[in-house]
Amino acid sequence: MNGHVNGEVIESSLRAQVRDFLATHDPATTDQLEFVRARFDAGLAWVHYPAGLGGQALGRTLQKVVDAQFAAANAPTNRPERNGIGLGMAAPTILAYGTDEQKRRWLRPLWTGEQIWCQLFSEPGAGSDLANLATRAVRDGDRWVVNGQKVWTSSAHIASRAMLVTRTDPEQPKHKGLTYFGLDMKSPGVEVRPLRQATGEAEFNEVFLSDVIVPDADRIGAVGQGWAVSTATLMNERVALGAFTFPREGGMIGVTAKTWRQHPELRTPGLHDRLLKLWAAAEVSRLAGERLRQLLAAGVPGPEGSGAKLVFARLNQEIADFQVELLGADGLRYSDWTMHRPDGADYYGRDAGYRFLRSKGNSIEGGTSEILRNIVAERVLGLPPEIRLDKEKPWKDLPR
Amino acid sequence: MEGLAQVTPHVSDQPKAAQPEAEAKETVSANRLPDLTYSEQENELRSAVRSVLDDRAPFEAVLARTESPQTYDTAMWKTLAVDIGCAGLLIPESLGGAGASFREAGVVAEEIGRAVAPVPYLGSAVLATAALLSALEVGEAGQAGHAAELLTRLAAGTVTAALAVPFSSMPGAWVKPTVRIGPGEPHDPDGTYRLTGTVPAVADALPANVLIIPADGVPPALFSVRTDDAGLTRIPVVSLDMTRQLCDLTLENAPATRLAAGPQAELAADAALRAGAAMLAAEQVGVADRALEITLAYVKQRYQFARPVGSFQAIKHRLADWWVAVTQARAASRYAAACLAEANEDAAVAVALAKAACSDAALLAGQEMIQLHGGIGFTWEHPAHLYLKRAKSSSIGMGTADRHRASLGSLANLPPPGAF
Repeated sequence: MNGHVNGEVIESSLRAQVRDFLATHDPATTDQLEFVRARFDAGLAWVHYPAGLGGQALGRTLQKVVDAQFAAANAPTNRPERNGIGLGMAAPTILAYGTDEQKRRWLRPLWTGEQIWCQLFSEPGAGSDLANLATRAVRDGDRWVVNGQKVWTSSAHIASRAMLVTRTDPEQPKHKGLTYFGLDMKSPGVEVRPLRQATGEAEFNEVFLSDVIVPDADRIGAVGQGWAVSTATLMNERVALGAFTFPREGGMIGVTAKTWRQHPELRTPGLHDRLLKLWAAAEVSRLAGERLRQLLAAGVPGPEGSGAKLVFARLNQEIADFQVELLGADGLRYSDWTMHRPDGADYYGRDAGYRFLRSKGNSIEGGTSEILRNIVAERVLGLPPEIRLDKEKPWKDLPR
Repeated sequence: MEGLAQVTPHVSDQPKAAQPEAEAKETVSANRLPDLTYSEQENELRSAVRSVLDDRAPFEAVLARTESPQTYDTAMWKTLAVDIGCAGLLIPESLGGAGASFREAGVVAEEIGRAVAPVPYLGSAVLATAALLSALEVGEAGQAGHAAELLTRLAAGTVTAALAVPFSSMPGAWVKPTVRIGPGEPHDPDGTYRLTGTVPAVADALPANVLIIPADGVPPALFSVRTDDAGLTRIPVVSLDMTRQLCDLTLENAPATRLAAGPQAELAADAALRAGAAMLAAEQVGVADRALEITLAYVKQRYQFARPVGSFQAIKHRLADWWVAVTQARAASRYAAACLAEANEDAAVAVALAKAACSDAALLAGQEMIQLHGGIGFTWEHPAHLYLKRAKSSSIGMGTADRHRASLGSLANLPPPGAF
């Protein structure tokens, strides 16, 4: 009961803070950047972050109170859609493993959108088996020299910083010889090339790293601790993918339901059965995502997010597949095969053919569905781990 | 592929609409979701129920009872109903009940599902109780008074009741009753009516003292009938699921008291079936959850090829998918319970979603439990078949997944072919 009363006091004081902030920073006239910088400095950026780092160490759930109030005032935003990776994955990783100096240096421009972050994890030889990665970082006094190739990097061409995981000790077993950095993407030797995908566009990039110098001050976590830091990043990724709140019909099913309502001539009994199944499954997955969010509200992301992501991928594919069939010959009109580089992932946009193709990536990106089933089986259900031939051997001796 | 972060959903351009239609009904309540977790009090209630069931309904006892003359455990039901207070959860405190909500009632249903317990909770504390609560709310004075009296006795545990409809009945439509009013009608509407007819495959009627019966007439109405009356015959059905044995009812001039008439009777029957579908869905979550637990324990200790069978990926992935199905079903079930608890306008959609998702999850659980146990899972001495049977019977009870999804066609404005 007391906790509840305190909660109400905190919430109303937070509302008052936002009101005061809006009174001194007119959302209609204040410059966007100036506004979001001031909002960060006022501790109203992400209230669950510590004081001095854009927050006030409050409950995670209070953020939506603040966001709603700013939205109602039509206030300038930090354009979170441009920096989803930074906000959703880099920031919690920096908060958990960064030094105080790094937190002060990186979190503010990250939140305000002045610095877009990308993620340099996967490599041509290290996909599901990320810990097998081969990009080398060699220490040279108070700096590191990095060489290697990364792949599947969204936003690399607009990012100013990257979460980079490298191999620093090939003599160690693969999980132990990794080190994590916050790489300055403007460093000499960083080359970004678009990676064209089945949809025709290049949402992702390949990143080549040739004798790139990284100051030791940009290392996140201890030398050799890179796997633990990477795991924290990936857990946040799956939560970001699977457990966000959206309204009924807010996802892929909304597009299809709309087509169904607008085009009675397309309806058949078989399609109707499938549509109802998909609609029900999509709505239930929305409820399950919300339930997961409620459970996580006070805690940190756990392996349960993997389940939400599994369902998300399967449903997106089934609904996108259904939509092409529903449209018939019109479903075969493709908008554009020209190679271009969108700013971010677009799952629900363009035409049915695009969504059909794009959804095929959903069960691969952010952990393949097969790996996610392993994670659920081992970390949620406590089943025995896969038999591993690579765990104790030095990385340099593994077959590849 | 790295870093797919939050995606802002939006609707793309579609071919020009031939006939613009209404959008999905604006259900604001569906977008402001209630608490879908379990509260501390709900978990305390869960522990109390579980300790009774652990003690009194171990699998061997449940199995033995399926082959005994009395398939319902009326003594254990008394303990749950009276000592724990399960019978009166939904009944107001003024009538001796707990004044709790469908959230708590759902937790009890989950526990009963976990134990596949042979108690008439669904029939008595949910279906009959919800019908009487509706009659109490909307019925005329004399009839409401009768409903109140029955509810008081239900809460006290001196009466066990059931709703006399086929177990497969589904909310959302007044099923034309197979029982008719007559011959003759009393001059006083609160007097004694006579009912004649049959109702097949009724759940939880065998241990009941009172049946709530919808009957056809002008107007159709809802009645209560005592099961000890000579005009009523209950013929036990050899049922696929003997942990919830069905019976066929025959009424011949059975004396009956009217609880509600006309639209109010339809309302009461519908409220009962909706509550029944939601609480049966919660029971299915329990069935699927416990079946998963038992199976997990087994695959961790069963060795073949010098390894636990649970270390094979073919097994692990099936279990992972099963766990996902349970988490989805649980969310849907909690949403339905919460919507009923707060009389949310989205309740009809919520119940349809829950019954569909939970039926599918329970069926998957029943099937997977046997397959992942291998040979032992197919034997009479192993609990798996009881879970399979309960899963299958409950997937038909209160409407199949398919019929509930079909109801979403109108509830969610997704009309079938030919409808404009």
